[in-house]
This record gives sequence, C-alpha cells and structure tokens, in this order.
Amino acid sequence: MFGWEFPPYNSGGLGVACSGLARALAKENVDILFVLPKHINIAEPSVRFLFAGIEQVAFKGVRTGLTPYRTAAEYSRWRSGEGDIYGENLFSEVLRYAALVRKLIEGEDFDIIHAHDWLSFPAGIEAKRISRKPLIVHVHATGFDQGGGEHADSRVYAIEKEGMEEADAVVAVSEYTRRMIIERYHIEEKKVHVVHNGVDVDFHTAEGGSYQNGVGPLPLKIPGYKIVLYVGRLTLQKGPDYFLRAAKRVLDENPKTFFIIAGSGDMERQMIRLAAEIGIAENVFFSGFVRGADLERLYRAADLFVLPSVSEPFGITPLESLLADTPVLISKQSGVSEVITHALKVDFWDTEEMANKIISVLRYPPLKKQLSRSGKEEAQKLTWGKAAEKCVMLYHRILAELRITN
Amino acid sequence: MLSVCHYFHVHQPRRIKRYRVFDIGRDHGYFNDATETDLNNRRVLAKVAGKSYLPTNQTLQDLLQRHPEFTFSFSFSGVLLDQLEENFPEVLDSFKRLIATGRVEILADTHYHSLAFFYSLPEFERQIELHERTIRRLFGVVPKVLRNTELSYRNDLATWAEAHGYIGIMAEGWDHALASRSPNFLYRPPGCKKIKVLLKNYRLSDDVAFRFSERSWKGWPLTAPKFAEWVNAHHGDGQTVNLFMDYETFGEHQWEDSGIFHFLSALPGELLKHPDTVFKTPSQTAAAYEPVGEIDVPYILTWADTERDLSAWVGNDIQRSAIAALYALEEEVLHTDDAKLIEDWRYLQTSDHFYYMCTKWFADGDVHKYFNPYQSPYDAYIAFMNVLSDVKLRLQKERTRQTRRSPRMSGNRRERAVISN
Repeated sequence: MFGWEFPPYNSGGLGVACSGLARALAKENVDILFVLPKHINIAEPSVRFLFAGIEQVAFKGVRTGLTPYRTAAEYSRWRSGEGDIYGENLFSEVLRYAALVRKLIEGEDFDIIHAHDWLSFPAGIEAKRISRKPLIVHVHATGFDQGGGEHADSRVYAIEKEGMEEADAVVAVSEYTRRMIIERYHIEEKKVHVVHNGVDVDFHTAEGGSYQNGVGPLPLKIPGYKIVLYVGRLTLQKGPDYFLRAAKRVLDENPKTFFIIAGSGDMERQMIRLAAEIGIAENVFFSGFVRGADLERLYRAADLFVLPSVSEPFGITPLESLLADTPVLISKQSGVSEVITHALKVDFWDTEEMANKIISVLRYPPLKKQLSRSGKEEAQKLTWGKAAEKCVMLYHRILAELRITN
Repeated sequence: MLSVCHYFHVHQPRRIKRYRVFDIGRDHGYFNDATETDLNNRRVLAKVAGKSYLPTNQTLQDLLQRHPEFTFSFSFSGVLLDQLEENFPEVLDSFKRLIATGRVEILADTHYHSLAFFYSLPEFERQIELHERTIRRLFGVVPKVLRNTELSYRNDLATWAEAHGYIGIMAEGWDHALASRSPNFLYRPPGCKKIKVLLKNYRLSDDVAFRFSERSWKGWPLTAPKFAEWVNAHHGDGQTVNLFMDYETFGEHQWEDSGIFHFLSALPGELLKHPDTVFKTPSQTAAAYEPVGEIDVPYILTWADTERDLSAWVGNDIQRSAIAALYALEEEVLHTDDAKLIEDWRYLQTSDHFYYMCTKWFADGDVHKYFNPYQSPYDAYIAFMNVLSDVKLRLQKERTRQTRRSPRMSGNRRERAVISN
C-alpha cells in the first residue's frame, strides 16, 4: 500500500481513511506493507511500514512539512504570486517519491499494489512497472473536489488520469466520486468500484485518549445557548463560506447560537474577515485544527454538526459526530449522504434551507433526539471491516482475472 | 350464496408545502404549493383524476349499466371532496352521477382523514358530523356504515359506532385478531348487540391493489377469470368476500398499461358466472347476515405494514411529538372564532402528514418512500412543525385581540366558544 500521510501525522481525512482501512485489512488476514514518503513514528503493530525518507533530502528548512494542503500563510504567498494552491514543492516530492520506489521494494514480496490518491499514484505506477504486479488506485478525492467541483489543477488531473488508466481497478469512496471518475476522467464503468469509507467506533481513542478521562466540558456550553459545529479544512471545497452565510440567517432568528469552526486552511483569514463583515463575529469561534480528545469534546458539546461541502468525495467527520451523539446536517454533494439516511441534507448553495434546517434542530428537541439516536445506530454499522471485506473481494477478483489472462 | 362487497377509498391530502422557519408569521398559506413537484396538491389531484378517477368512474358507470346486479361503495375523505369542489367540479360531477344511480353506497368517515378518535373523542365526533353533512349536501345520502381513517379500529370505536346508530363498521381482516378464523364472515364486537364488523379480505384485496402488475408474483398475470375463480372458491365457507382498496389502484398505483381497467371491466361479469355469487354494499351485507362470532380487538388495528398498527403514523419520536403538539392546541383553537384558523388546524390532522414522517423501513426505500412527496421524513417534520409554530402565533394574536376587545368577558370566553361550535 502506498499512502502519503498517516495518523497522528495527518492533515485531513486521507490519513484517517488509510489507517482505518489498513488496520481492518490486517484483521482480515491481509499482510500489509504500508509505504509512506516521510519517516514518522506510528504505533500500529498490525501493519509493517516502509519510509522513503524524503524529509532528509528535499524538506530541509520547510517548516510546514509535507502536506498536500495549504495553510493560510502559504495561501497569502500564493496570492502574491509565489507558489500554488497545492503547496510549494509538492509536485517534485510526488515524483521523487516515485523515483525512490525501486530501492524501497527491492527484496519485498507482495501480490497486489494499492495506492491512495494521486500523491502516491506515480509511486504505485512505478511499483507496477518494476514488479509487474496488479495495481489498484484508491480515489479518496479528485482534483475537481479540491477545485470546488468544477475545475481541477491540470498537473493533478494528469497524474490522476494516468494512475486510473494504468490501474487494473479503481476504487472510489462513493458513487458520487465514481461518477466523477467515469465522466471527467473517462474511465471504463466496469473498472471503477465503490468502497464506502467506514468509521472507527473509537475514533477518538485512536488519536489519543477520550476527553472523558481528561478535560472538562467546553466553556462555550452555556445554558440557553446552542452550538453549531463545522469541522474541516478552510478551503473552497469544504464550503466554509456557505456555512457562515447560513450562520448569519440563523442568528437573525436565533441570536443565542454559537458557531465553532474547527480547522485551518487557505481560506482562514478570508473567513475571519467574512464573519466580521456580515456582523456575526461575536458568535463565531475559530478554533484552528483540532484532533483527538479535543475534537471529541467539540462534537459532544455541539447541538448540530454541519458539513457544507461544495464537493465531498466521502466525508468521515459526520460519522464521527454521530458516534459522539450529535446529529448532522450534510451537503447533498457528498459521498457520506449515500450511506446515512438519518441526517438532514441540503444543497451546499442553498444557505436559506441550510439555516432553516439548523434552526429546526435547535428549536424542535424531538428532531435532534431522533436524528442523533437513529443516526448513531446507522453510523455504528459503517465499519472499516465492511470496507476491508470489499477490498479483499476485489483483490481476489483481480488476481483471478490475472491468472486467466496469463 | 356468497356476496362480494367492494369499497373504494378515495382520498388525497392537502400536503404541506416546503414551509421554512422564515415563513413563520409571514405566510399563512400552508397548502398552496405551486411548484412542479408532488407537493403541489392541485397538480397531483389533476394527475390522479386524469389517470384514475375519471376513467375508473367511466368504467364503473358502464358496469352499473351492463350488470343490474352490480353494486359497490365509496369511502370519500372530506379533504378530497373539498379539493374537488374547489378545483375540479367536473370530477365531482362524475362521482355524483355514480351515486345518483342509487346503487352506490357511501361510508361514514372523518372529514379530515384524521386519527382524532385516538386523540380527542369530541373532535372525532365533530369531524364525523361534518363529513356526514358534506355527504348529504353533495350526494343527498346518509352513511350507515363507518370506516375510520386508515381502517383503524378498536373495540371502543365499535361501541361508539353502535351507540351512534351505525349498522356496520369496517376493519382489517388480520389473522392475529381473527385467531385462525375466516375474514369472510361477519363478527360482533364484544359488548355490542347490533353492529356488525366487516373484515377486509386482505389477501384478495392486495392481489389487486398491490400485486396486480408485479411480474415476479406467481399470480401474475392476474386475469378476471382467474381472480373470479379465487373469490368463488369461498362458496360454502363464507358469507362475504370484502374487497377494500384505494381507488387510485386503478390507473395510478397500477398503470393503465398493466391492463387494470380491462380487469375491472371484466370482473363483475366473471364473478356473476357463478349462479350463487351476488354483489352487496356494506349496509346490505350487514343487513343480510348474522355474525358467526365475536371479534375482540382491544388494541389499534389498521391496514398498514406487517404490524397492522399505527406505527406507520405515530411510531417514532418526531411523529408522536408532532401529533401531540397539534392536539394540544385543540381547546385554544376551537375557542377562537377564526374559522380559517380552525380549518387549517383540522387540515393539519390529516394522517398523511404523519405518514410522511415515518422512518420505518426508511433506509430500505420501499412503499413509504414511494408515497412520500418529501425528500426525507425529516423534511416533512420540519415543514409541519414550522407551520404549527405559525398556527401558535396566530393563536397568540387572536388572544391579544380578544382580550383587547372585551377584557371583562375573557372569563366567559370558553362558554361562548363551546356554544358557537
């Protein structure tokens, strides 16, 4: 398996998904060799790791580390003409990762290559070229998602398309993403398989302890006030601006509401400015990137979790929220809306309806109660074990097809 | 002798439009959706009338002419009749022509297609009376047999019906209630002396209503001779085969190209080929036979799902909270002299609103989803609760107005209001 990041050293859902799937596959008795570009300390006994060791070479002096996503500071540099939306040096790192593959897999024995997202596709293709083993590329997000639905960076698109074409099978994290792969990358329908992500029932402990053993409740939890939560990168794809526009409408009707925005990203400064511009800054709190017990504490404190994504291939955060007993309002432009029925759903652009639904949950307690209880039951069934089973079936199928053609 | 007793249930609700929080206090038109969706009541009714009501009425009119022995009955909701009067008088006329033959019976019902019996007996009684007045005004007849909303039934409903002069009452012929007896006989409710219970033969009824065009069903294709044979097989072990179904079965649930109209058109002739098969309306059936035993239904029995209870309407928290919140306003709503407000409150009682909030089988996307004009049960709940908030605001305004008008009389308000109702 080729990946790019792994918890606790992750900046988003890709790392969480890779770890969830790898651990579940190990439980299915799949012997996994997980390759990462940079050396990190991971306490995961069921999976063996290999590191390309890129950090000593190319990342000398880059403080932000190896991340596919930009921070606000990088974003402002990009705005002034230095760098681009994918972060400096990212493309050269992706290619460098591929170049190191031959040395890495020397002497390793494996049956199938499984590469996660475009960042590791070139490495996967290289591994296939050298070993002549079948390649599966796993699409957690496409360039179109990161571009806000309609546009993709041409360099990212080229790498993605090559990976999908070279692969023996493509795994999409949702039907939403599968359609995108078929329609925008022109990949044969029968080659693209949906494997929905799962969620760890103990997602918080996986990232470092439950808050119940640590810190107390959130200071913002004031009687009479409601909390609406956003968790995700602050970037075009995630729709934080739509969230703020809806927040404004909510506050017109329900002034006693707090909005917490947990995450960082290239739109952070823009979002802080927007909150001030539309006059809701006093009710909006930016917490920065949050993980583990702190994140669980936010989920639990909230009355409603909102995923306003413009284009979301899957979206694990609503499942985490449901496991923490908080109901969710999710964008229809998301993969997770295919697997959760006990959720409120809205088109990301319809901020009026988003506000209507937020207020309804805050106003009508039976709605909140039923959404969280039934939603949690549903989320608990979405295990990584199920995703792993589907992957194993796909592995067997591809290996069988290979035996026939040989 | 074996008789066949048909009743067709004719009902279309006034669905609540997409009513947002921001509409509360600003918009009191709850049922006037004008979009190209299935929330547009006028649009839905136009479609159903064209595909089902008009062609089926024509088929039945022909059958009455062709077979002097043929007879049947309708159960109309007042909610439907209101809409026909308002927007589709030609469809109402076509129903009137059928009733005018004198061979078509009409059943008693709640005007607003409500579950009021289980939430407020006085309100139930008012709606039964209102329905009776409407039926008399439009068709010049008085119902003698009662059918409650969603075929809901319980011992105390039968007791009530007997006390109010009904000679028969409808219920689902569900196996648990029958304890391995046949639904093809009349039964007596416990403690009752005169009233008779007519039980739906759900197997034969559903063969037509639900399975007619289901190709995977072993009975497919269902022809009139085949079905007549199944019915006539009950000669010797039954008094009546009660075939109860939604009128929309013809042309709307089962499309014209399934052959449903040919089936309907041929069925009476096929049934009559047996010399001892006759047609009877519900009141004729009740008059013709004596009950063979007692049927004890201490719990609520309905037509729906495998549970045959009210769980499709009030099975989850949002449904129960919505209906409780609605009936909690009864006293205050009825004490206003705002006829529009009272009417709106009653339209909100229509059982369909609660059915749309059903989350049973929701994930499997079956029949509940098919009949749901909302994208999700939660959307239905939100629209309903927002509308109810607006009703409460109107009540508040009414209260302020009344207090201002006659502050000293407020103590007598209750008394006056009860009389005016």
